[in-house]
Amino acid sequence: MNTLALGLDRTKIELTMYSREKEAVFFSFLFPILLLTLFSVIFSSQFEGAGGGMTAARFFLPGMVAAGVLLTSFQTMALSVASERDDGSLKRLRATPMPPAAYFLGKVGLVAVTSVVQLAVLLLVARFAFDVELPSSADRWALLAGVFTLGLFGGTVLGIAYSSLSSARSIGAVVIGPQLVLQFISGVYIAFGDVPSWLQHVAAIFPLKWIAQGMRAVFLPDALAQAEMAGSWEQGRTLLVLAAWAAVGLVLCVTTFRWFKRGTV
Amino acid sequence: MTPAIRIRGLHKSYGAHRAVDGLDLDVASGEVFALLGPNGAGKTTTVEILEGFRDRDTGEVVVLGTDPHHAPRSWRDRIGIVLQSSGGLDLLTPREALRSTARCYREPRDLDEVIAVTGLAEKADARIAGLSGGQRRRLDVALGIVGRPELLFLDEPTTGFDPQARRDFWSLIRDLAGDGTTILLTTHYLDEAEHLADRVGVIAAGRLLALDTPAALGGRQSQEATVSWEEDGVRRSVRTAEPTAEVARVAARFPGEVPELTVTRPSLEDTYLSLIAPHEHTATTEVPA
Repeated sequence: MNTLALGLDRTKIELTMYSREKEAVFFSFLFPILLLTLFSVIFSSQFEGAGGGMTAARFFLPGMVAAGVLLTSFQTMALSVASERDDGSLKRLRATPMPPAAYFLGKVGLVAVTSVVQLAVLLLVARFAFDVELPSSADRWALLAGVFTLGLFGGTVLGIAYSSLSSARSIGAVVIGPQLVLQFISGVYIAFGDVPSWLQHVAAIFPLKWIAQGMRAVFLPDALAQAEMAGSWEQGRTLLVLAAWAAVGLVLCVTTFRWFKRGTV
Repeated sequence: MTPAIRIRGLHKSYGAHRAVDGLDLDVASGEVFALLGPNGAGKTTTVEILEGFRDRDTGEVVVLGTDPHHAPRSWRDRIGIVLQSSGGLDLLTPREALRSTARCYREPRDLDEVIAVTGLAEKADARIAGLSGGQRRRLDVALGIVGRPELLFLDEPTTGFDPQARRDFWSLIRDLAGDGTTILLTTHYLDEAEHLADRVGVIAAGRLLALDTPAALGGRQSQEATVSWEEDGVRRSVRTAEPTAEVARVAARFPGEVPELTVTRPSLEDTYLSLIAPHEHTATTEVPA
């Protein structure tokens, strides 16, 4: 079988395993959807009379889409690859004639399917449960596709590279801690304008801030662009930064990847 | 015939620790070979070098005509590896895990056939998380043989088995050997080596101490036998090179059956323990990386 067909087969196996792991499904797939619903209900009164078609759901949708990208790519990869390395799954795969590329294609396939379905559910919930107006221009949908794809690719390769930092036993804390901090300072749970300027600058080093900003440019009215750090959406720079992170992630992923647990081979 | 495995002057050190210290060994095609030795003797290091997972310092290693460290992926098509322990399949069923593994090989075995010979038919569509230790280990073997390997590596395959599970497992391995698969087995169990192996190699401190058939290892066929019996309520023993004559002499003193009569030669375990005894103090360090 060729690499592509094996990659497709790996995608099916990855999806089967993912769908049977309740924790993964809840904390990476359902979590942003749940939070969007929760925030939209809890904060609905604060947006009454906000004007400009602004509602709690519309306000939080970009952040939740961004969080979904982070969770389905970075978190899923870092956690699963670390545990596969520790429990010998990677060594077992290495013992077969499977081309390594097939393994990575399987991971990419898993991330692609789960994140696209997650995005679709987020948009459907926003549109039909909370009456959020979705973008009408092709430009905005194209930006969504660009930010989404680059964000996912970067998250996937960075997550695989990140998995080498720790053993399966402690990778959960090593992933979720920094990730939570990033979500708070990158405008996912808290309006980015409310984050102190120096923390905004810290957040701007990492890709999540740019994914969230890109998603605001997709889903929020143009009038809100002035609340951004630069006073505009910076679509071009957003794509550039995300592309740079994806490239760095790819290099890190390829150069640091280990099939074997530390201290064994 | 070219041997399936050829090792000449193999050396591998971890810092100052010589894990493998000048090993020479041939394993013939179609042979079942058991590698015995205490923990830290260099068994796992040797096997991992043969499997292409670990690099060596010096020496010549040829496995199925290829240097494992520079082997192409097509070489992996011809070998099967049953690792010491492996996890990560809990969420799948044996059939799903086997199907996905089989796809990687050019001429895989029929899935139902593999499931049947490994005794997993009843559990083929159950989650692997619910399998017993013995069933889990049989699945490891199923994954190792699904690619129809010419050479199978089995690393301590029956650790933790109950006696019946071990017997079942042995008959599975004998069937594979009967089909012409070359098998390299490492084990702590002497009876396992005795049941399965055509030849046994004992290694300690990274060196081969003895190499022979299980029956002849360490010259135990030619060693003195011990004749024991009970006389006047006391256990008597005589070590002799002529046990038959000794038994006849003892038998003449009793009117009927000689009580508790036994004739024994050193077991493989006795021979093994006396072989490794001088090396025990050096063989306590586990393999570091």
